[in-house]
Amino acid sequence: MYLVKVYVTYKESILDPKGEAVNDALHRLGYTNVDSVELGKYFEIKIKPDKRPIEAEVDEMCDRLLANVNMETYRYEISQMEAL
Amino acid sequence: MKFAVPVFPGSNCDHDMVNALRDILKADADLVPATTTDLSAYDAVILPGGFSYGDYLRSGAIARFAPVMTAVQAFAGAGKPVMGICNGFQILTEAGLLPGALQANRSSKFICKTSELIVKNNQTQFSSAYAENAHINLPIAHGEGNYYCDDATLAELRANQQIIFEYADNPNGSTANIAGVMNRQGNVLGMMPHPERAVETILGSTDGLGIFQSLLANQQEVAHA
Repeated sequence: MYLVKVYVTYKESILDPKGEAVNDALHRLGYTNVDSVELGKYFEIKIKPDKRPIEAEVDEMCDRLLANVNMETYRYEISQMEAL
Repeated sequence: MKFAVPVFPGSNCDHDMVNALRDILKADADLVPATTTDLSAYDAVILPGGFSYGDYLRSGAIARFAPVMTAVQAFAGAGKPVMGICNGFQILTEAGLLPGALQANRSSKFICKTSELIVKNNQTQFSSAYAENAHINLPIAHGEGNYYCDDATLAELRANQQIIFEYADNPNGSTANIAGVMNRQGNVLGMMPHPERAVETILGSTDGLGIFQSLLANQQEVAHA
């Protein structure tokens, strides 16, 4: 079994009003040294090995569903889970 | 002319749409479930507004994989008219039937008000009842209606006159004030404003009627050709 951690974030040209709101709130709390906050999505996917390379399958999942490549980019980490 | 209005879990403008079509325009219209796989009995499909699948992940991202969307893809591929209003527009961009994407409003606020639009292209089956550059008033109600596309796509949209409606006073930050776009083939339209909420004087505006009247008139022409 693999554990895939997927991170989806907005492209630079895309607005991130939620990230900006968190940035402003941190400033109000006194963390004035915070430069910027980017708010994205995080997925943990547990997946069994298949005939296809796992990277190809994860790329496809990201392109088809997890990210909208018009607005977002993604990266992921794959690790093998220890058998129980 | 018979309209299908697919209902996704979380759609909430479906009944308004059917009311506009049946009661005001005296057209045939059916609500069809998102599990429908056959749209052969219909002449046009209108994806309604709402929050399909709770807008989980992204607006329209889950709905685009509902069974009915396979049928909508085929329907659109056959050249038949497909329209998406608000969440329906978001679903059409997610499905790749229209270019671009809808991002969060620039203000980060949900905007619910009447917006003034300019009819930029009236040479379409969705807009022929309006005068060119007519100013019309339609309600908008969205948190993610900020149309985004890259420069190359925008140039294509302009070159092919695919921008049908523009905001007179851009309320949400949309690229090039875009409120509604059509596909290159001219049979798929998506727009954030709600024409179905502007079909009776008592609702504050009847400016939405033109879209449905355009579709009905053009369908008749096709039938008589």
